[in-house]
Amino acid sequence: MTEPAAITLEHQPRLRKLFRLQWEEVQQQHVLLYPEGMVQLNQPAAEILKRCSGDARVAAIVSDLEQAFQQTNLQADVLSFLQIAHTQGWIEHG
Amino acid sequence: MAEPTVVLPGVAPGTAPAPAVRPPLWLLAELTYKCPLHCVYCSNPLDYMAAGKELNTEEWVRVLKEGRAMGSAQLGFSGGEPLMRDDLVELATEARQMGYYSNLITSGIGLTEAKIKALKDAGLDHIQVSFQDSTKELNDFLGSTKTFELKQKVARLVKAYDYPMVLNVVLHRLNIDHIDKILALAEDIGVDYLELANSQFYGWAYLNRDHLIPTRAQLVAAEAEVNRFRERIGDRMKVYFVVPDYHAERPKACMNGWGAVFITVTPDGTVLPCHEAKMLPGIDFPNVRDHSLRHIWQDSDAFNRYRGDQWMQDPCRTCPDKTKDFGGCRCQAFLLTGDATQADPVCALSPHHHVVEAAVANAELEKPMISRPLVFRLDKNSQEFCKL
Repeated sequence: MTEPAAITLEHQPRLRKLFRLQWEEVQQQHVLLYPEGMVQLNQPAAEILKRCSGDARVAAIVSDLEQAFQQTNLQADVLSFLQIAHTQGWIEHG
Repeated sequence: MAEPTVVLPGVAPGTAPAPAVRPPLWLLAELTYKCPLHCVYCSNPLDYMAAGKELNTEEWVRVLKEGRAMGSAQLGFSGGEPLMRDDLVELATEARQMGYYSNLITSGIGLTEAKIKALKDAGLDHIQVSFQDSTKELNDFLGSTKTFELKQKVARLVKAYDYPMVLNVVLHRLNIDHIDKILALAEDIGVDYLELANSQFYGWAYLNRDHLIPTRAQLVAAEAEVNRFRERIGDRMKVYFVVPDYHAERPKACMNGWGAVFITVTPDGTVLPCHEAKMLPGIDFPNVRDHSLRHIWQDSDAFNRYRGDQWMQDPCRTCPDKTKDFGGCRCQAFLLTGDATQADPVCALSPHHHVVEAAVANAELEKPMISRPLVFRLDKNSQEFCKL
């Protein structure tokens, strides 16, 4: 493993190609679809993953979310979710 | 959005809480029973030759639309060999436009480079190629056809066209000792997911059960090998290895419950809660040519028959695990006891568990008793079962 273990504010995370993020009308939630499987996402998780384009740094994702949802101090929550998403193999560090 | 609810047959509205019917998140489209392979553990019905005329393209498109509207998100194109249909690219295109995540479940026979590219352009999400074994001789013997080199080539093409790739190998007594070679093959191809699916004993595999049940020692050795491989390969590949239910103490949560997540549409439009359920007697499985998929899923007797737990007998009815394993598999209960409402006999609590124990004990003998020579999935063999 060459990648560092922890996600930092400098990373530009990207959803891995194995996964597709989409809104499911019947379920009224976002899901991650992958070969023969599905992860059902709550709203914060979906909002974070939507922003994992590979272009944006984590710091920018945090401030974008804080602005969009008129909140402050989201940094710790975002970092801890991204850590989970990385461990699950949903995102790459970038 | 409120979930649709359904009232069980024989329960007047208001007298008992009706179990909520959840959406069929997984739609399996068995496009055809035609197949160039003749595998001894095929999951198609023994009497597949008795199936009616295949659904045409327009009928399939309607089925896909209805499924998607009910919330189906995962779509499997399966069979038989789905590549035997000449409208597969068209169906994959429709599926992508509807928002399905579509999976092609194939032997790889008929998957040319041109087809792989056309399916990619159509928006197919993933291709699962199955191998019978890692060695040419056994692969060709178990599938009763010469396919090994072709499959290797196809698997590499699938990777080259940037599909996520799942390699599926059905494990059993005759190939499980080659697990190291199977793992090496998967690593060499660079698959993303490796499914080591221990053979389940229904249909053709049930006929051939005495040949296919592994010994406990074989299973232990294979699992140890898999665990060593997992440690070495890390997160480059996800390896699934599930202990076969005959060797487990508790039944599998079959299909996550009857009519809970899965809906299978068979080649002639008959709709089933799982691809084996056609074997169950006394159930009139509805057809998409006569009813909407929504009606079939929500209101048909077939789909409500084993929903919830009202149908259960003891030991399941009073078992704390009934919400976890749903009493196991209805088809296995029927196959091994003649009564689909019994506990799945692989459960140690089942009064019929001795049937499974006897089959497993037979496998431990130096020379297991064999009830008949291997029966290959051949049209002429299926025709014999149609007469029964």
